[in-house]
Amino acid sequence: MLTLLGVAAVVVGFAAGLNPLLVVTAAAFLTGLFAGLTPLQVLDAFGHAFNENRFVSVAYLVLPVIGVAERAGLQERARTLIGRFRSVSAGRLLIAYLAFRQITAALGLTSIAGQTQSIRPLIAPMAEGAIEARTGPLDPPTRAAVRAQAAATDNIGLFFGEDIFIAIGSILLMVGFLAASGITIDPIHLSLWAIPSALAAFVIHAARLILFDRRLTRRLGA
Amino acid sequence: MIRIQAVYALAGLVFAAFAWLSLSDRANPRRLGNAAFWGLVALSFLAGDRLGDRGNGVLVLGLAAIAGLGGLGRGQPATTSPQERQALAVRLGDRLFLPALTLPLVVAFGVLVLKPMTWGGAPLLDPKQATVISLALAAIVALGVALLVLRQPLISPLQEGRRLMDTVGWAALLPQMLAALGVVFALAKVGDQIGLLVTTWIPMDTRLAAVTVYALGMAGFTMIMGNAFAAFPVMMAGIGLPILVKGFGADPAVVASIGMLSGFCGTLMTPLAANFNLVPAALLEIPDRYAVIKAQIPTALPLLIVNIGLMYVLAFH
Repeated sequence: MLTLLGVAAVVVGFAAGLNPLLVVTAAAFLTGLFAGLTPLQVLDAFGHAFNENRFVSVAYLVLPVIGVAERAGLQERARTLIGRFRSVSAGRLLIAYLAFRQITAALGLTSIAGQTQSIRPLIAPMAEGAIEARTGPLDPPTRAAVRAQAAATDNIGLFFGEDIFIAIGSILLMVGFLAASGITIDPIHLSLWAIPSALAAFVIHAARLILFDRRLTRRLGA
Repeated sequence: MIRIQAVYALAGLVFAAFAWLSLSDRANPRRLGNAAFWGLVALSFLAGDRLGDRGNGVLVLGLAAIAGLGGLGRGQPATTSPQERQALAVRLGDRLFLPALTLPLVVAFGVLVLKPMTWGGAPLLDPKQATVISLALAAIVALGVALLVLRQPLISPLQEGRRLMDTVGWAALLPQMLAALGVVFALAKVGDQIGLLVTTWIPMDTRLAAVTVYALGMAGFTMIMGNAFAAFPVMMAGIGLPILVKGFGADPAVVASIGMLSGFCGTLMTPLAANFNLVPAALLEIPDRYAVIKAQIPTALPLLIVNIGLMYVLAFH
C-alpha cells in the first residue's frame, strides 16, 4: 500500500508547483523503493523505460520547418487571410477544425494535424485574426483564452475521433486485453460503440465554442 | 526498411545542433544550461542504445537536475522583426502555407501508401513505428519545400527550431519522463492496488452504481496515471469484467469502448498528460501553465456524464 505514496508525491508535487521533471523523478524512486527495489534497480528501470520511449519526443522534428515558415510571416499571413472572411468567427473556425480533426482521426490520420504543426502556426493565429478583424488588437488575457481554446479543440477532436479507427493503439489494447480474458471481440464493434460518444463530444464542445463566441462579442463589444 | 533508429539519429543531430547553437548564444545568460540540457537529449537519441540502462538513468537524473535547478533560459537567435514578417507575409502570400500543408500530405502518404509497401520482402517502414517515421519524413520534405519557396537563410531552420524548442523548454521532455514513470508504476503494481482499493471500499450492487464507479474510476485513474491505457487493464479487470460483464451481463464491447472514452475525459483534465495539456500551453506562450486544462474541463465533465448515460443505456441491450 505504501507504493501509492509515489502517486501522492506526483499530486502534491504538481500542486505545489515544483519542477515537474524533479517531481516525476522523485515519484519514480519513491514508488520503486516502497515496492522493494534498490535505488540502483529503480535507476536502471527508469533509465531503460526512458530510452524505450524516445519516440514520444520525435515529434519536435517538425519545429524547424514551422520556425522557418513563421520567420517568413506564416502567422501574419494566417491572420490576414481569415480577416477577409467576415462571417467566420473564432468559434465557427474552431468548430470546423473540430469536425476536421475528428473525421481525419477516425480515418486513422491522427498525425496529420496537431498542436505543433497546426495550432501554433495556423489555427491559433487564424482564431485571433478572426476576432481582431472586428475589434482590433486583443488584450493579453483574451489572446491567452483564445489560444487555450484552440489547443483544447485539437485535443478533444483527436481523442474523440481516433477510437473510431479500428487499428488505433487503444482499440488494439482493448482487443488484446479481452482476448487474454477469454473474450473474443471484433475490433469493428469497439470502434462502432465509440461513435455515440464522439457525436456527444462534438455537440458539447461545439456548443461551448458558440458560447465562447458570444462571450467574446459581449466582452469586446464587437 | 526504414527503422526508427534512423529517425532517432536524425533527431539526435538536430538536438546536437540546438545544443551547439545555444552554447554560442550570448544573449542567453543561461546558455550553458540550455547547451547541457539539449546536449543530453542529443546524446540520448544518438547513443541511448549503447549507454545501458544505468547510463540512461544517470542521463535522466541530469535532465531533471538541470531543469529543477532552473538552469534553462530562452535563447534569442537573430530573426525577422514583426514589421519584416508583415512585409514578407504580403510578398509571399499564400505560398507561406505550402510547407505547413506539405506536412499533413506527406504524413498521410506515409501512413496510407508507404506503410503497406514492401521492399525486398521486408516492409518499407518499420510497421510498429510507421506513423512516427512518416512524421519525420514529412518534417524533412516540408523543410525542403520551405527553403525552396520561402528563401530563408540555410541556418534558419536550426535557429528557429531552437527558438521554439526553448519556448517549450524542459516541458518538452516531460511526456517521455511520464511514460517512463508509468513503467515504474506498472513494475510496482500501483494499478492493482488502486483497483483493489476501489473494489473493496465502494459498493456496486446496482447496474447504475457499477457503471458509474467504473466510468469515474477510468477517468480518475487516468488523471492519476496520465494515460487511459494504464487505467484500462486495472478498471476492466477490477470492475468491468467481474461486475459489469459477468455480474450484470453487460456487452463487453460497449463496456470496453465507452470505458476507454471515459478515460479520455480524464486525460483532458490532468497535467500528467503533459504532451496534450502542458506542452501546448508552453508552445502557445500562454502564461498560465494550466490554461489548456481549464479550457477542457467544462467539456470533459459533461461528456463524462454523457458517457455514463450511454454505457448504462447501450451496454444492456
